[in-house]
Amino acid sequence: MPLDHSFVGRSYPPTAPYQVGREKIREFATAIGATDPAHHDPEAARALGHPDVVAPPTFPVVLTMAASRQLIEDPALGVDYSRVVHGDQRFAYTRPVVAGDELVCVNTVEDITSRGGHEFLTTRTDVRTTAGEPVVAVWSKIVVRGEA
Amino acid sequence: MELPTQTFRVTRADLVRYAGASGDFNPIHWSDRIATKVGLPGVIAHGMFTMALVGRAVTAWAGAPDAVVEYGVRFTRPVVVPDDEEGTEIVVTAVVREVTEDGLTRLDVTATCLGEKVLSQARATVRTAA
Repeated sequence: MPLDHSFVGRSYPPTAPYQVGREKIREFATAIGATDPAHHDPEAARALGHPDVVAPPTFPVVLTMAASRQLIEDPALGVDYSRVVHGDQRFAYTRPVVAGDELVCVNTVEDITSRGGHEFLTTRTDVRTTAGEPVVAVWSKIVVRGEA
Repeated sequence: MELPTQTFRVTRADLVRYAGASGDFNPIHWSDRIATKVGLPGVIAHGMFTMALVGRAVTAWAGAPDAVVEYGVRFTRPVVVPDDEEGTEIVVTAVVREVTEDGLTRLDVTATCLGEKVLSQARATVRTAA
């Protein structure tokens, strides 16, 4: 079933706030082998001018992947998740995510194209604090493979 | 200018740990049975795990864990991770494409596994240390 192209430009309501925990940042940093003290030690992070431990650059995907279920599971948009392949991923940071942040995600369908029997869905997720401060914008392009 | 090559070993245990930390439990990253059923040669690394390792290379080159301003990649080829002690290896290189007047450095990054590029259009912008 093709994607509904009329969804281009549509934004979804903000997701429920995500509380960024110090231990979650440490766990994520450990999982990717990121040993810089600023990811683990609040004092080291403060020395760099941050209020608490700093998340590695791709950490926001923990939030945005969960937030993207809003689109993936929207039957009106029509994504068949069993045919999805991750195409592109991009982050543009206003500042790094730090422990103590309370973040919401706003998903927008930025583009839908069809090529060679496949469909390409580009979403933009604006991650900001519950106070409205922008933190990072995240673009994700997925490929929904056509029936062979 | 070319930056020093960095290599990252990836084993099945790393994928399990990343699945737990990231919340991405897609079985193609831990089950050979399911991976081969969908036409893959075997279990593959999460694209976002590869991107995270390349991100480590970028922050190491920048010399600061909080220096990344923009970072994007295209996933072009899966990283197959065999079920053995050695796993596989991702080799990351980069060239400096541009240094701007306002203190930003733009990098073109290359990531390969077994000699094949696994990312394309991998670019990062980092704040240059003052």
